[in-house]
Amino acid sequence: MKFTEEHEWLRVEDDLVVVGITEHASEQLGDVVFVEMPEVGTQVTKDDEVVVIESVKAASDILAPIDGEIVEINEVLADTPGKVNDDPTGDGWFFKIKPSDLGQLDEYMDETAYQDYIS
Amino acid sequence: MADLLTTPLNAMHRELGAKMVPFAGYDMPVQYPAGVMKEHLHCRASAGLFDVSHMGQVIVRAPDGYAEAAKAMEALVPVDLVGLGEMRQRYGFFTNEQGGILDDLMLANRGDHMFVVVNAACKTGDIAHMRAGLPGCEVEEITDRALLALQGPAAEAVLEAMVPGVAAMQFMDVGIFASEFGELWISRSGYTGEDGYEVSVTEDQAEALARALLAQDAVEPIGLGARDSLRLEAGLCLYGHDIDESTSPVEASLIWAIQKARRAGGAREGGFPGADRILDEIANGAARARVGLRPEGRAPMREGTPLFEAAEGGAPVGQVTSGAFGPTIQAPMSMGYLPKPLATEGTVIYGEVRGKRMPVRVAKLPFTPANFKR
Repeated sequence: MKFTEEHEWLRVEDDLVVVGITEHASEQLGDVVFVEMPEVGTQVTKDDEVVVIESVKAASDILAPIDGEIVEINEVLADTPGKVNDDPTGDGWFFKIKPSDLGQLDEYMDETAYQDYIS
Repeated sequence: MADLLTTPLNAMHRELGAKMVPFAGYDMPVQYPAGVMKEHLHCRASAGLFDVSHMGQVIVRAPDGYAEAAKAMEALVPVDLVGLGEMRQRYGFFTNEQGGILDDLMLANRGDHMFVVVNAACKTGDIAHMRAGLPGCEVEEITDRALLALQGPAAEAVLEAMVPGVAAMQFMDVGIFASEFGELWISRSGYTGEDGYEVSVTEDQAEALARALLAQDAVEPIGLGARDSLRLEAGLCLYGHDIDESTSPVEASLIWAIQKARRAGGAREGGFPGADRILDEIANGAARARVGLRPEGRAPMREGTPLFEAAEGGAPVGQVTSGAFGPTIQAPMSMGYLPKPLATEGTVIYGEVRGKRMPVRVAKLPFTPANFKR
């Protein structure tokens, strides 16, 4: 698993990258009440705003961590956005992206580096 | 942070793990570890304890007692205070010459004097306003007392066990009670739509009282985050957001707070700042009205969201003044102002969120039924 400074996690599954937010980020956000997803098939460039998370406090953006195509979104979050708080690194994932260049993952932190980053 | 004021419960909030934020010049708990959603739901299901010590507590005295203070205060608020019963409280607002609202407040008849509670952010201005506008009265800011609110269906049983007699109070009654925490000034009122009490306690006893309340299984601490979602579900205005100097009480749908005695044809008609406009609007209607809004999707429409009559084109016809997700109704909710022809229940308009117009329905307020003890 890789981690961004924006508190996203990235997990490679076959030739896809699954993206979600970290436990730390979900705690900071507070209870998530709405998630606005991109359309499947959207071509994204790194740092595009792709997801909007509304919590009880405010709206926050999730940026595309890499270039590629959104090939799947987590439909469950439409009705149960609270999964982002309950299981941020599991059932609370946001989308799967087909990367243009998997090498873009190299710049991101591993778990140890991320734990240092948030402490 | 060094400039922030603190309440007598500051250390306790920190010990409870609260996230502290600056609010109206005070270092206040926005949430505890349970989080906004759980705190909100707990308050509606059981009882929540709020620290509202940042609010201003003021005693107004006149040489001839309450009646004289009430008569003087009626020059500043469009509320029937002369007719307010002993140990009873009313909601009101200071108006300006343009008929706008300077602040909203609670006013109580405490027998030989009046007790007033005002918003934290406005208290300095309010006290100056009263000192200038109440000739012959003494306006004393109470600075050695904290203010706690205990709200929710379990509030009555919890407080009655510690302060016998409070269960007999009705909504908007006030009382002065001797207790093991010293003299308590209690009103049966609040800002959540639930039954409950607001309790003024001397600052040296405040933490002991708060801890005694929190020691009860039914009671959990509630931060400013849930306080805001609770009051919004209850359809209650937040000063500086839903009402301000540019909104009249009639536009704000607060006519109910202006009793007959102060309206046209009443015993003490008018005689408050902005009376010309306000009485005219009571008779002939205002051009716009504060309404409840229920977005049709799940996305909250927050403060500042522009409102449009149609899904495309046209200029904004109003905007959202408060908006959040309602944990009890499990849906987004907002309040805002709309031109009178659109301000009817069921009308669908559009709020623009992140560049997209989303349908939103004009809805009845409150969003959750009030559970007051009447």
